[in-house]
Amino acid sequence: MSDRLNALRQAVLQVLPEVDGVLALKRGPAGIAAPYLFTKEKPEELEQLVLWPKEPVPDTAKIILKAHPDAKLAFVCRGCEERGIVEMFKHAQVNLDRLTLIGLQCVQEEAEFCRCAKPYTVHAQTIVGQPIKGVSDPLTEKIAAMSQAEKLEFWKKEFEHCIKCYGCRNICPQCFCNICALEDEIWVQTGRLPMPNPSMYHLVRAMHMTAKCVACRECEETCPADIPMAVHFRLIARDVQEMFNYEPGAVLDQKPPQLLVLEEGDYTRTGLPH
Amino acid sequence: MIEYRNVLTTCPYCGTGCALHLQVLDGSLVGTLPAKGHPISQGSLCIKGWNAHAFVNHKDRLKTPLIRKDGKLVEATWEEALTLIADKLNTIKAESGPDSIAFLSSAKCTNEENYLLQKFARAVIGTNNVDHCARL
Repeated sequence: MSDRLNALRQAVLQVLPEVDGVLALKRGPAGIAAPYLFTKEKPEELEQLVLWPKEPVPDTAKIILKAHPDAKLAFVCRGCEERGIVEMFKHAQVNLDRLTLIGLQCVQEEAEFCRCAKPYTVHAQTIVGQPIKGVSDPLTEKIAAMSQAEKLEFWKKEFEHCIKCYGCRNICPQCFCNICALEDEIWVQTGRLPMPNPSMYHLVRAMHMTAKCVACRECEETCPADIPMAVHFRLIARDVQEMFNYEPGAVLDQKPPQLLVLEEGDYTRTGLPH
Repeated sequence: MIEYRNVLTTCPYCGTGCALHLQVLDGSLVGTLPAKGHPISQGSLCIKGWNAHAFVNHKDRLKTPLIRKDGKLVEATWEEALTLIADKLNTIKAESGPDSIAFLSSAKCTNEENYLLQKFARAVIGTNNVDHCARL
């Protein structure tokens, strides 16, 4: 067993008696891991705790908290998952008072797999592993350097591969609207493949991810058509940073730009103090 | 006590054999997650797979066999339904011969179930008229 896994197990064991459950990854049949809620009633199950792959754990937390809004949970999160939780908090999806974060720092290999700029946690109460520096993202740089016409050509070609599985929306921790614009016939026609206008689906989603995408890359990973959509979210994030000085999931008490316009109105839904 | 777990299974929709996790919260099926690391689906699913949990507790799901009586579908027991099928198969085979009957199997079934169906067609009824839904 690796030192890192052992350290994680110790960290989970320590938190376990104080919470209703610790959300982490458990090894399943054929070695395929899935999110699992470890509880104090069965600490021996921690033998099956694993580190990888990265799973959409904030999304899973959302499912549990919807049914048990008062639950006290802990969860093992990587940098991206922590950012996901912070952004969900800002949009009133989770209550941070009842969440304990166990920060698992990514190793070089994992950061490179994700082309991750921030493979470490900053808010987690417990830290497992040593934080490492972010890695570069050659694909984003390549596309950023393209001319407008080249970009248009590139994305049109990529979006044409879309089989409209809605996987990117389903897996996204930041997609939590009760009514989804992508299910509206005005924007996305049902029953036709390839879509008559594939860019529509992806650009509607890109608009909705603005100042929300925390670059976890779950969408890209689950895409059956290998569309590098995290790249365009990342390019939009650069604009948001420049225009609003806002980085999704980074600073706990910084309001997202979408909420700034609501200063005068009645907006009780946010998790932040107004 | 809160219970959350995932059950690894094979997508019931087509013959590709994508793996998916069924999310179980407190004993109820609440969602689907793709299975990362699976050699076939590699963490991806199509729109059907993503909704593989949806029919399980759907209000329109058939829970008993239906038999058409006087032009209307009426709920029946499995005993009644299987008896009716056996009687009809016997009658048709006796009147028109085994090759008047064809068997359509399904990509949604397991290899074992498909094996049983062709065995039934060939050994019990006596016909080679066996085909499957992927050619419909």
